[in-house]
Amino acid sequence: MNNGSRSIWKVIAASSVGTMIEWYDFYIFGMLSTTISSQFFPKENPTAALLSTLAIFAAGFIVRPFGALVFGRLGDLIGRKYTFLLTLILMGGSTFLIGLVPGYKSIGIAAPLLVLLLRLVQGLALGGEYGGAATYVAEHAPSNKRGYYTSWIQTTATLGLFVALGVIMLVKLNMPDASFNAEWGGWRYPFWISILLVAVSIYIRLKMKESPLFAKLKEEGKTSVNPLKESFSHKGNFKMVLLALFGAVMGQGVIWYTGQFYAQSFLETKCNIEFEQSRTIMLWAILFATPFFVLFGWLSDKIGRKWIMMAGMLLGVILYRPIFSTFLKETNIREWINAPLSDSKPNLINVIKTDSLFKGDTVIVHRKKTLEYSEIKFIEERYDTITKTGGWTIYPPLSALHDDESSVLKPDTKPAYLNLHLPTSLYWKFVGLVFIMIFLVTMVYGPIAAFLVEMFPTKIRYTSMSLPYHIGNGVFGGLTPYIALLLTTIYTKDKLVGLYYPIIIAGLCFIIGTLYLNNKIDKDVTD
Amino acid sequence: MNTIKKYAGVLWIVAGPIGIYFLVQTALSEIAKKPHIDTKIQWIVFIAIFTPTAIGLMIFGWYALKNEYERLPETSKEIED
Repeated sequence: MNNGSRSIWKVIAASSVGTMIEWYDFYIFGMLSTTISSQFFPKENPTAALLSTLAIFAAGFIVRPFGALVFGRLGDLIGRKYTFLLTLILMGGSTFLIGLVPGYKSIGIAAPLLVLLLRLVQGLALGGEYGGAATYVAEHAPSNKRGYYTSWIQTTATLGLFVALGVIMLVKLNMPDASFNAEWGGWRYPFWISILLVAVSIYIRLKMKESPLFAKLKEEGKTSVNPLKESFSHKGNFKMVLLALFGAVMGQGVIWYTGQFYAQSFLETKCNIEFEQSRTIMLWAILFATPFFVLFGWLSDKIGRKWIMMAGMLLGVILYRPIFSTFLKETNIREWINAPLSDSKPNLINVIKTDSLFKGDTVIVHRKKTLEYSEIKFIEERYDTITKTGGWTIYPPLSALHDDESSVLKPDTKPAYLNLHLPTSLYWKFVGLVFIMIFLVTMVYGPIAAFLVEMFPTKIRYTSMSLPYHIGNGVFGGLTPYIALLLTTIYTKDKLVGLYYPIIIAGLCFIIGTLYLNNKIDKDVTD
Repeated sequence: MNTIKKYAGVLWIVAGPIGIYFLVQTALSEIAKKPHIDTKIQWIVFIAIFTPTAIGLMIFGWYALKNEYERLPETSKEIED
C-alpha cells in the first residue's frame, strides 16, 4: 500500500468512525425510547409528556436542517476539519450527559427539560456531521474512486445502528428487565459507552489535516464570505439544491427509513414478533447488506450515480407492498385461528397466568398462555367473561365454571396474540425480505455522497449539500415511521396503508430524478 | 425530452398547493378528532416543515417551466453565475 493509499484510508477512518458514533448516539435514544419515556417523560405529567413530543419531533426533524445550515456555513468559512470535530464533541458530549441526567422521580420537571435541551444539541450536531465527513473524504479522493471511497461513510449509519442494537441487546440480555429499566439501570450504559468511542474518534480526527481543496482555497483567499447567501440566493446554485432534494435525496431518505426503521417497527407492532427475534432479523439483514454500500459506490464510479439510485427507488415502489404483505400473511395468527374452515386448534405449550376478577354476577377471567400454531409459538392473552345464572362452583379451577350449566361463558372476541416466535425457516425468510429492503437502501445511499459533492462548488459545498441531505433524510425520511403509523390510525382498514407515504415520495423522486438528473460523473471537484 | 421536462414543471407547480391543502385538511380533521396538545404539536410541526418544502417544489416546477434544467451546469463557474 503506497503513501497516498494509506493516507486516504486514514481520512476515511477518521470521517467514518466519527459519523458512526454520531449515528450510534442518535439511534440509542430511539431504541430506548420506552424506557427513556418512563424515566424522564411520565405520561401522568402533561408538561413532561409535551416535552417528550417536542424531544421526538423538534430534535429529530426540525433542528437537523438548521444544524446543516449552522455547521455547513461554519465548514465553508473555517474549514471541514474543525467543524466536524465540533459536531462530534457536541453529539458525543450531549449523549453522555443524557446518561447522567437523574430521572423525573428525583429532580422533577428539570429532568425532561434537560433531556430536551441535550436532544436539541444532538439534532443540531447531526445536521452538521454528514456534510463534513462526505466533503472531507470526497475532497481527498481521486476522481475515478470518489464513489468507492465516499461509500464507506454510508456504511457508518448502518454500522452505528448495528453497534447500538448490539450494545443494547448485550446489556439487556445480561440483566433482568427490572435492573435494566431502573432509574440508574442498564439502559444508561449505552449512553456512557458513547464517551469512550467519542474520545477515540476525537483523537483520530485531531491528527488529520484540513481538506486539501479547502486549504488551497483558503490560501488563495477564495473562500466564501457568506456561504448561506451564495448557496440559496444565487439562482444557479439554488436550482441545484432543489434538484438534489427532489430528484435524489427525498427518495433516498424514505427508502432508507422504510428499510431500516419502519420495517422493524412493523415487525414488532403489526406482526407482533418477539423483541429478540425482530431485532436479530434486522441485525442479520443489515450485516449481509452492508458490503453492498461499497459495491454500489464502486459501481457508480464505473457506470454513473444516477441510474443506480433511480433503480433503488423504483424497486422500492414496486416491492414494498408485496414484502410487507408477506410479513402480515405469514404471521396472521388471528386469521388462521378464526378462519371458518380451520379445523385445527393451536397446541397449548404452557399456561403462564390465570386470574379472575369478580364483579357482581360476572367473573372476568384473565388468561395468558403459550400456544403453538403452524410451528409459530406465541402468547395468547384473553379476557373471557362468565356470567352467573345459577350458583357458582368454587373458582379456580376454571374448568369447574365451565361444567356449571348455570353460567354463561362469553369468550373474548379479540384476544391478543403477542411475542410470536418464528420457526427457523420463516425466520430466515423474514431476514431475506428485510435484506432485500436494505439492499435497496445500499443502492440509493451508496453513491449519494459522491453525487452530492459533485453537484456543488468547493467554496459552498458543505452548506449546499448539507441542507438538501438533511431535509431529504431528516424530514422526508425521518418522518416515515411516524407518518406511516399515522396513516394506519386514520385509515384503519388497510394495515399496509402506511406504505403509501414512502411509495409516493420515492415514486415522485424517481420521476423527477429520471427526467432532470444526468448520469455524468463530474471528474473535477476542485472548482 | 426537454419538452417533457419543461411541461412537467406545471405538475410540480400544481403538486405544491395540493400537498399543502391535503396536509392542512388532514391536520384540521385530526386535531378536531383528538384535540390534545400532542396532536396539535405534531401537526403544527408537519405543516411547518412540509409547507416550505412544498413551496420549494413549486419553485422547482417554475424553474423547470422556464427551461432552467434543459442543460445542467458542467462547471462550478456556471453555477455561480
